[in-house]
Amino acid sequence: MGRIFKFNKDVDTDQIIASQYLLFPTVDEMKTHTFESLNDTFASDVKPGDFVVADENFGCGSSREQAPSVLKALGVKAVVAKSFARIFYRNSINIGMPVIVSKELYDVVKEGDEMEMDLENGTITTGGKTYTCTKLPAKMQEILDQGGLIASLNRED
Amino acid sequence: MGMTMAEKIIACAAGVESTKAGDIETVTLDRLMSNDGTTHLTIDMYNKLKHPHIADISKLVWIVDHNIPADSPKTAASHKKMRDFAREHGITYYEGDGVCHQLMMENHVRPGELIFGADSHTCAYGALGAFGTGVGCTDYLYAMVTGTSWLLVPETIRFNLHGELKNGATARDLILTIIGRISANGANYKAMEFAGEGLHTLNMADRIAVCNLCVEAGAKTALMEVDDIAMDYLKEHGREPKAVFKSDEDAVFSQVFDIDLSEIVPIVAKPHFVDNVVPATECLGVHIDEAFLGSCNNGRIEDLRLGAEVIKGKKVAPTVRFLVVPASRAVYNQAMKEGLLDIFIDAGAMIMNPNCSVCWGACQGVIGEGETLISTGTRNFKGRSGHKNSFVYLASAATVTASAIAGEITTADRI
Repeated sequence: MGRIFKFNKDVDTDQIIASQYLLFPTVDEMKTHTFESLNDTFASDVKPGDFVVADENFGCGSSREQAPSVLKALGVKAVVAKSFARIFYRNSINIGMPVIVSKELYDVVKEGDEMEMDLENGTITTGGKTYTCTKLPAKMQEILDQGGLIASLNRED
Repeated sequence: MGMTMAEKIIACAAGVESTKAGDIETVTLDRLMSNDGTTHLTIDMYNKLKHPHIADISKLVWIVDHNIPADSPKTAASHKKMRDFAREHGITYYEGDGVCHQLMMENHVRPGELIFGADSHTCAYGALGAFGTGVGCTDYLYAMVTGTSWLLVPETIRFNLHGELKNGATARDLILTIIGRISANGANYKAMEFAGEGLHTLNMADRIAVCNLCVEAGAKTALMEVDDIAMDYLKEHGREPKAVFKSDEDAVFSQVFDIDLSEIVPIVAKPHFVDNVVPATECLGVHIDEAFLGSCNNGRIEDLRLGAEVIKGKKVAPTVRFLVVPASRAVYNQAMKEGLLDIFIDAGAMIMNPNCSVCWGACQGVIGEGETLISTGTRNFKGRSGHKNSFVYLASAATVTASAIAGEITTADRI
């Protein structure tokens, strides 16, 4: 079980991690500033295994891979949104962080609710109900299954 | 069945006869651009690979533009890492020469190429009929090591441009109008293609401004048909096309829009979303603390000429800081030769070195709590240009300069 942190539509990657932290040497040094402009206690409150749930177009804007990276570094288990912006979606899969499309979840949960996710079957359980999520495209599931894109690089060569 | 420009470029890069939207292709990249926003992380990942290797050094272009000159020891360390790696491996490297996309347009991009850039505004290259798309550093690293990547072939939204811009409207007003119409995710995963006789009325600066901003509608890439204006630009910069493509008559588009350029008016995108657009006249009188003329979107010589024309003989309002940032050293030089810098300096503007400046909010000119910026930059997200409780309005070079003079949002015809 993990707790839900809820965000509105069109959350851009500047909100996830602001520009002023991007040139810090490591993602670990950046992660304490995650979501600073929207929820300044997020980075201290979030625990490994928690979830981010959002409305449409999550992760729009900049291509900064630091955005999914800080979420992963804080232990966020998955981001579930009605839809994702393209680059954020691809970056997340590439670093091995699940990004799940659910058209329903955002509308039925509130901040602080608990939920459980079964990644293999693509289901989410919360409030005694189970929801089925949209499957990842096969190519992306393959990348996620092997632990991200770099894992394939190390294996192939 | 016919193919779109996007489909043709991907088919060419994949070495296949044809492809269609929805297919996944393995492509060989023509060029790989990366800047100081993420390259230090790419290098760290590269150094951890079991068998580090670069497929083709000649395709890599690295550009320090986001935080140049460095603003802190941490930034300086990230720059040093990038500089040392580029030198050691012989990677084409720019530092302080300009904003990455402007340098790519001036020096590298060729029609028909497929280019990955570790920056979302890489879609700007469509102004020369190249498929540019933004990627993160893991995708970049994979392409750097293997020379290849995979792409989901996008559907295309086609924009047929008619007529000519007038009434003080610019190409930036055009693209802001389009983004307002289709929304911030209206082109998510899709290519935005521009054609029609109206396209021939737009100069290269206009075209780059339009293509550059398409990612703000979620687009994977932007593409324009290559005409004489594009070929002349290429020739002036000493390059030949890889291939010139246009969509077939029977190509399949997911949507088609007809845009009458003569109907476009000066536009302002209000905080905190790029698609939150209104005619500039609806924002008249909004107090501003700072104005910014520059960026990969609007820092070209044509934009500086436009601003200089508005401000010549006038003064920046005493309550406003006005930042003028040429997009490259070539633009800076040209502006100097034409006397534009004198005009801005005499008016009380600050001329900064070519970089991403306040557009990305971690370089020069960041704004404080409660302050308002009017900007020719690319984004107006919450906190984008400084304090999380600050406000960014996006507008054209003309509207931004006029507002700098007035101390509040206004249009050039009111100055």
